[in-house]
Amino acid sequence: MFDFLEGYDLLGAFWVTVQLTFYSAIGALIWGTALAAMRVSPVPLMRGFGTSYVNVVRNIPLTVIIVFTSLGLFQTLGVTLGADNFTTINFRLAVLGLIAYTAAFVCEALRSGINTVPLGQTEAARAIGLSFPQVLRLIVLPQAFRSVVGPLANVLIALTKNTTVAAAIGVAEAASLMREMIENEAQLILISAIFAFGFICLTLPTGLFLGWVSKKVSVKR
Amino acid sequence: MKLRKATGATAAALVLTLTAAGCSSDGGGDKSGEKITVGIKYDQPGIGLKTPDGKYTGFDVDVATYVAKQLGHDPGDIVWKEAKSADRETLLQRGDVQFIAASYSITPARSEKVDFAGPYLLAHQDVLIRADDESIKTPTDLNNKKLCSVTGSTSAQNVKTKIAPNAQLQQYGGYSECLTGLENKVIDALTTDDVILAGYASQPEFKGKFKLGGFKLSNENYGIGVQKGSELKAKINTALEKMVSDGSWEAAVKKNFGSANYQPEPAPKIGVIVS
Repeated sequence: MFDFLEGYDLLGAFWVTVQLTFYSAIGALIWGTALAAMRVSPVPLMRGFGTSYVNVVRNIPLTVIIVFTSLGLFQTLGVTLGADNFTTINFRLAVLGLIAYTAAFVCEALRSGINTVPLGQTEAARAIGLSFPQVLRLIVLPQAFRSVVGPLANVLIALTKNTTVAAAIGVAEAASLMREMIENEAQLILISAIFAFGFICLTLPTGLFLGWVSKKVSVKR
Repeated sequence: MKLRKATGATAAALVLTLTAAGCSSDGGGDKSGEKITVGIKYDQPGIGLKTPDGKYTGFDVDVATYVAKQLGHDPGDIVWKEAKSADRETLLQRGDVQFIAASYSITPARSEKVDFAGPYLLAHQDVLIRADDESIKTPTDLNNKKLCSVTGSTSAQNVKTKIAPNAQLQQYGGYSECLTGLENKVIDALTTDDVILAGYASQPEFKGKFKLGGFKLSNENYGIGVQKGSELKAKINTALEKMVSDGSWEAAVKKNFGSANYQPEPAPKIGVIVS
């Protein structure tokens, strides 16, 4: 029944998915934290930028963002991100698009975490003379991160599945191999099921592990 | 009073159409007025295209209309349904469509799932290049070029395995993205079946910008897909034979692939698959 799987590099394709997820997750975490810091900062210009970025980017379909990175950035503006062949360029462009998109969700998850830190702590920190970056770094963010592990796990799972959109610009990840196999083998349901199972294998352990971490580290109030 | 008049008129019109539908019966059977659902592509100019004003054009559409006519269905009784490449077998197996004419190449793997009437067209994988590009003269010239095709398509796989393993291959969700790349000179050649390329090249907005390589890199036998074991297969084959013999086939080819220096193959013999 599964003999048609021969000749296809299933693990290789899922490995690209994992790599896409990994780099995008790290980038989105950094950029999302920066955005959250902007949204709670005392500088109106930064608050304005953070708010408009989040509201614009999270309301654009991911496919549009990913296709734009290829058609707009690469084809029209000639942005190659330091790579010289299509495979690397596409991979990097996809990571860039995924970071830009996912950071908006990371930012909002993190901001809800910031709101769980009692206001009195910020005031106390300000009273002993800490500057805004110090308050954020030493007092607020450590507690905020601990309370949003659960929501961030959601974002990570969504990101893992969103990497399939990278097939639209030709990154050779799982969804791209799935289309190839359906085209050749004419076994729509079976092949879809195999790939759905592959994604469950990636996301289910992530969810369970981060759920456990979330319980461990949450701030008891 | 006005309302009643209107109802009367509607009823009269309804009776008229019903009797009209009952009487008219040219073509094969007595099925006029009976709907037939046909699967086509909606996004391939020259093959199967749904225009913004809701009309359907292309060679597959013309073939399907002719076949439906021979089966006894008027053009107005055809319900068009989009048959994307990945959905075609499922649509037939579930019986959602009676037959599919959607640049459907006959392959052994597909023949296990569905039956094919035809072939009705012999296409070849080919490349579309910029009209002023003189650097691609033979298929071997493709090897250090930048090629583009649709993600996962047979043409894209052929490039990787057979045609030009050293070429860089860009895959996109659709041919339109490749065409922008070709215009922007980021991509050197778009590759897929020549009939599809000819369809794109003869679009008004691309006229004169692109040309076909004429390389015949593979043989694609387009067939009409029907449900496994369906009696339609024989009827459609008869219809296709008639279409070729009465000249409608030739006319449809001229109409849809007329421009863009595309040389169509002669009509294939029914049941003969060129490999």
